[in-house]
Amino acid sequence: MIRLEALTKIYPSAHGGAASVDRVSFEVGAGETCVLLGPSGCGKTTTLRMINRLVAPTSGKVFINGRDTSAADPVELRRTIGYVIQQIGLFPNMTVAENIGVVPRLLNWDRARMRHRAEELLAMLALEPAEFLDRYPNELSGGQAQRVGVARALAADPPVLLMDEPFGAVDPVNREVIQDEFLRMQKALRKTVLFVSHDIDEAVKMADRIAIFRAGRLEQYAAPDELLGRPANDFVAGFVGSDRTLKRLRRIAVDEVMRAVGPAEATPPVGAHTIGPNDDLRRVATLFLEHGVDTLHCVDAEGRVVGVVTRAAVASRLAATGDGAAARTARP
Amino acid sequence: MTTVAGGRQASPHSMLPYAVLAGIALAIVWVLVASGLWTDILRYRKDVIYLTKQHLVLVAASGSAAIVTGVALGIWLSRPAMARYAEATIQAVNMATSIPTLGKLALMMTLLGIGPLPAIVGLWIATLLPIVRNTYEGLRAVPGHLVDAAQGMGMSPRAILRRVELPNALFVIFAGIRTAMAVNVGTAPIAFLIGGGGLGELIFTGIDLQEYGMMLAGAIPTALLAVAVDFLFGQAQYWLVPRGVNPLRNI
Repeated sequence: MIRLEALTKIYPSAHGGAASVDRVSFEVGAGETCVLLGPSGCGKTTTLRMINRLVAPTSGKVFINGRDTSAADPVELRRTIGYVIQQIGLFPNMTVAENIGVVPRLLNWDRARMRHRAEELLAMLALEPAEFLDRYPNELSGGQAQRVGVARALAADPPVLLMDEPFGAVDPVNREVIQDEFLRMQKALRKTVLFVSHDIDEAVKMADRIAIFRAGRLEQYAAPDELLGRPANDFVAGFVGSDRTLKRLRRIAVDEVMRAVGPAEATPPVGAHTIGPNDDLRRVATLFLEHGVDTLHCVDAEGRVVGVVTRAAVASRLAATGDGAAARTARP
Repeated sequence: MTTVAGGRQASPHSMLPYAVLAGIALAIVWVLVASGLWTDILRYRKDVIYLTKQHLVLVAASGSAAIVTGVALGIWLSRPAMARYAEATIQAVNMATSIPTLGKLALMMTLLGIGPLPAIVGLWIATLLPIVRNTYEGLRAVPGHLVDAAQGMGMSPRAILRRVELPNALFVIFAGIRTAMAVNVGTAPIAFLIGGGGLGELIFTGIDLQEYGMMLAGAIPTALLAVAVDFLFGQAQYWLVPRGVNPLRNI
């Protein structure tokens, strides 16, 4: 869907100039969320801004759906790519409805259609349309403004979404909420998302793939499970932290490690601790530690036992990185 | 650094300042009537009408020319291509602003002779400067991330200027226009000194002849005009600047 080929940006300077982005290549599949991760100044934002050509690459190419973006008119190109920035950048002179209508208006939609689209998006983002459509940005809280920022990026239904630390300015509690909402929405919309972050926890939570950068170079490009399980080098290992195994647990679902059991055991034994098949392994580990048990019964929504999770199964799953075991990963 | 006029005028939706002014005006009229000066003033009625028309032409011609050219010049200076020259130009503008208006009119007289034209040109220059400065500073104060977001969404540079930059700078631009028009209306009587006509004719002649009735026949309409112009631009500022970026209309 999006392919970067040896993408390079060199800002000229007195000493010839060092590369801010140095021959970065990777590919993000349609409907995937890729998080560009790294310390500040590592080139992740520059890489993102080269995709919608706010920054002109020194060399290298970007392909969207197989089309070379350098052949397109940059202004036209940007109308097909949603863009969310950390400062949100809602236009204070426009109402919420007008802000959401910016790109549709550029595409010459009629008024009724723009209004309807704004209502639809606000409802999807858990903002009551009647209450918010005619507000100005200075009448919104930080979290509300950020939701409107996302709605604005989605207005013309672009297949690609670029997000530059979109939730960085929101307080931690609201950030979790907005992240969860975004994941839920993304599950339905299946946009191809490139998401810049410096927060490993956010990356593990949001990403199908993580691209980790250092000083303009791509250090590793992998699914969160593999990145945490098998960091490519010391820098990546240091960046993801010594608790990387604990972080991995959040992205592995119970039904991936449980041993399925037949319908014979319809109800769990009295007093047994249970979990659901879609819980992640953090919950499993918590129950193991809290109750000193080695086995948990996995029950479905009707309370019937569908499987059993053991410590040994969890350990073998954690050891199994890199052999394609990460095909299915958990979502909160 | 330059100073930008903004937000210091009384908010026009509160009519209090105008009520106070009306009260003072009534008191003055009462004094005039009681002292018998009023009948002296009324003797100049025909002159007042004729000269007010001249005066309005001076103000309207120089003012509208200054708004159009001043805003255009401010926009041009704020464009990235002009960044290298903009600060120096604004410094020059500031220096030119500090020349007394009478000096500017005298300069125009030496260049263009006497009559309404040099007066209009002199007033135009005096009025232009605060507008250029406020337009430039107002546009420069628009946060960079707004322009970044606009660019990232595929707005053309022209659309960014029209739909993002100007609306967000409009309040400061209007503040500059109000300041400039106050200067304009306040200076217009001096135009008489270089043959520009207008109500200054009654004021200065009245002073020379110690004819208080004649002087007031020029001074009172001048003062009323100043109040009316400020009221007009205050209302324009209140209603034309979008509510989201209008400090006068924010809760």
